[in-house]
Amino acid sequence: MQQTFAVGIGGAAGQGVATPGDIFAKIFSRRGLHLNAYNAYQSIIRGGHTFLTIRTGPGKVTNMGDGTDLLIPLNQDSMDRHLKLLTAGAACIYNADTVKPGSPADGVQLCPLPVSVLADITRNKVAQNTLAIGAGLHMMGIGFSALEEVLREQFKKKGDAVVAENIGVARAGYDYAAAHFTAFPNALPKTEHRYAILSGNVAMAMGGAAAGVKFYCAYPMSPSTGVLHWMAAHARKAGIMVRQVEDEIGVINMAIGAAHAGVRAMCATSGGGFALMSEGLGMSAMIETPVVVINCQRAGPSTGVPTKTEQGDLWQMLGAAFGDYPRVIAAPLDIGDCFKLIPEIFNIADRFQCPGLVLCDLLLSEGRLSVEPKELDFSPPIDRGELITTNGAASDVGTNGDYKRYKITASGISPRAIPGVPGHIHTVATDEHMEDGVLISDEFTNPVQRRAMMEKRMRKVTGIEAAVPAPALMGPRNADVTLIGWGSTKGVIEESCEILNNQGISANQLQIRWLVPLHGEAILEILRGSRHSIVVENNYSGQFARYLRSETSFVPDGHIRKYDGEPFMPHHIVEAVKEQLVGKTHLSVPMHEIMV
Amino acid sequence: MAVGVQRANQLTMADMKGRVDPDWCPGCGDFGVLAAVQKALIELQIPNHNVVTISGIGCSSNFPGYMNTYGMHTLHGRALAVATGLKLANHGLTVLVTGGDGDGFGIGGNHFVHSMRRNVDLLYVVMDNQIYGLTTGQTSPTSRVGMKTKSMPFGNIEAPINPISLALAAGATFVARAYSGEQKHLTELIKQGIEHPGFSFLDVFSPCVTYNHDNTYQWFRPRVKKLEDDSAHDPTNWLTAMEKSLLWGDEIPIGKFFERTDVPTLHGAEPVLDDGPLIHRGLRVPTDAARSFVEELM
Repeated sequence: MQQTFAVGIGGAAGQGVATPGDIFAKIFSRRGLHLNAYNAYQSIIRGGHTFLTIRTGPGKVTNMGDGTDLLIPLNQDSMDRHLKLLTAGAACIYNADTVKPGSPADGVQLCPLPVSVLADITRNKVAQNTLAIGAGLHMMGIGFSALEEVLREQFKKKGDAVVAENIGVARAGYDYAAAHFTAFPNALPKTEHRYAILSGNVAMAMGGAAAGVKFYCAYPMSPSTGVLHWMAAHARKAGIMVRQVEDEIGVINMAIGAAHAGVRAMCATSGGGFALMSEGLGMSAMIETPVVVINCQRAGPSTGVPTKTEQGDLWQMLGAAFGDYPRVIAAPLDIGDCFKLIPEIFNIADRFQCPGLVLCDLLLSEGRLSVEPKELDFSPPIDRGELITTNGAASDVGTNGDYKRYKITASGISPRAIPGVPGHIHTVATDEHMEDGVLISDEFTNPVQRRAMMEKRMRKVTGIEAAVPAPALMGPRNADVTLIGWGSTKGVIEESCEILNNQGISANQLQIRWLVPLHGEAILEILRGSRHSIVVENNYSGQFARYLRSETSFVPDGHIRKYDGEPFMPHHIVEAVKEQLVGKTHLSVPMHEIMV
Repeated sequence: MAVGVQRANQLTMADMKGRVDPDWCPGCGDFGVLAAVQKALIELQIPNHNVVTISGIGCSSNFPGYMNTYGMHTLHGRALAVATGLKLANHGLTVLVTGGDGDGFGIGGNHFVHSMRRNVDLLYVVMDNQIYGLTTGQTSPTSRVGMKTKSMPFGNIEAPINPISLALAAGATFVARAYSGEQKHLTELIKQGIEHPGFSFLDVFSPCVTYNHDNTYQWFRPRVKKLEDDSAHDPTNWLTAMEKSLLWGDEIPIGKFFERTDVPTLHGAEPVLDDGPLIHRGLRVPTDAARSFVEELM
């Protein structure tokens, strides 16, 4: 197993948890280390409790891991919540003036900093944070110059005096640790790699830009708002029209309007906003104008827990909008995949002229990951499908021509002319219509026409299935247990399998990225060979397990579910697998030990 | 709608007819509105393929299908949102939005207000018949107090909204009212609304001969008075326009209440669109921009 190191920083919102987090992240990434960061926070601007975990190491770090190596509690509350979870070998750096440690487990090093002695706290309100960063870096075996460089950048705008003061404070912490605390036995390694650090929201926004999105609109809703923020900040450089709209109903309709004019249009929201978009998705399917909608799931139902993660919207996505229509739904597997998936789903949506739905969640949207910069490819393949954008030959003054927007074809795809093209004038309608777009719904509803149009649209499903790859099994074919997951749980299941394999239980993994189309046959083929199958998902009712059963009749041997708002940690899955393999239960709901 | 308007040659009424004939009830006010819109487009000689007519749902929302322009028959209440996206993606197109009072002021009320404050460059024609027709006669947001309908058989107890005052308050830059029975006047206002740079709101009294027995042609004819005939009316004065908008009763003003052209349109205010309509741009992000996006994260 690869070596990783996790720093946990806890405090109240507004107390400056983010800044030390950013500084550590920068220093780790500049050492050529991978990292994965997850911030457990609450829906509060000031106060409450937030806990940021940054886990780093020379290899890919796919999830937040199981433990904290270095705890930095910025207040008493954080100390009380987290110290008891530290195990032998861990350390805790804290402000000795304001925080009382309590009694840690054996082998945990307490590192009190005499903050008022080391820094002038009347001048520097966040001196304790800076001192702790300095002390922590020494204990990780990192030279002070790395911190000095980052602090210079961080405070550059505030002038030389502020830079000097912060470097001085950090130095005091660094030197104090050298004299008083025991460093971790293994210094953090260094590599020649350089990674980009980004959130899933930034990745999806950038993926949109790479896909050629020209129109993005949204209504702010956690945890999707980061997509809007990136889009808004980079709109002018990227040539994207970005609008904030009055509600999500307006969002989806505006996006479809832009898409209908012929540009690639995208929007993002969370479950509540997605619910409002439902009718619009039906329109996208009926008028056959492609649009891409991202749903960053949070814990529901209703307003739910706005700052917590869940995979609870699958059935909402499957059933969004009334009637039958072709759609694609994909769940990105990690933050790098958040980028990669967007151009892929645009190509499918464009080719098949239907809505493309991205099912992300807070864990990816707001988590951060190190990604190889080359993977952020701004020249992905682009396929706009059968799009008619010019017609030089047609007469300038349009008359009722022969163009059939909804021409019945074997593939179900009808060449799509965009407004402004001479000779292709037509009206699209959300009412059922004939090949030329004329309504059949009002005057002469026509069962033959209706059936033909329904079948034309639904024929696209076969094409979509062929255009989307089937999932593949990861790990040894003949394993003791097969863990089935979808979307964001890829990393944590991967690590769980690794731990299980090291403990003598062979495990493999089937991770689903394309939810619709599901490729039921291919999945059954894989699962038929499985000795013990367990579905792992972040929701109460086993939404994916139920979906899998409805599509394939496959019933797994067990379930591991979590619906407390926090993501899985590897040990949750490992312990659950073990109890299920000895027949103790077939439904495990692991307890989240960290109170955040 | 000055941007991107191209003039065609010799468009005639035959060029404006859609693939099917209207299925409105004989005598419906919407026939007059359709004819006036078609006449206005002919007089302005805008090529049909550069016009998009967008509607929601309702009797009057069947409008795009009766036109020979690009058309979108969208969802109930959502035409303005769709039209905003379409206009921003290709601001070279002339955008007409048509619909009824239930569609625009009821279910679509939110988009109505916000489209006006955004000054989206389009003409919004509401065929206001003060009733829900397609659902066979229920109270609408503009039904008068006391009006008896299937949904309020003992009489409406809710005050109607005043679309003109609402439009003025929401910041519409062109606010007018017309009457389907006054063709020339209506056509002229449609032309002005299309040419106005920004959001043009035109509320048209369009009697429902089947379900509204209160607000009939006979009721409107003696009441409507053209603002253009009032030499004291100054359509650049917002305050007096607001005062005029409150008039209702034996005299109901029709005509242009208000217009201002000094407010930038939504597409004109956004520098991203300075290089022309988005639809004509390449899909790829410029290489140096893409590089800078990644470098920011390192």
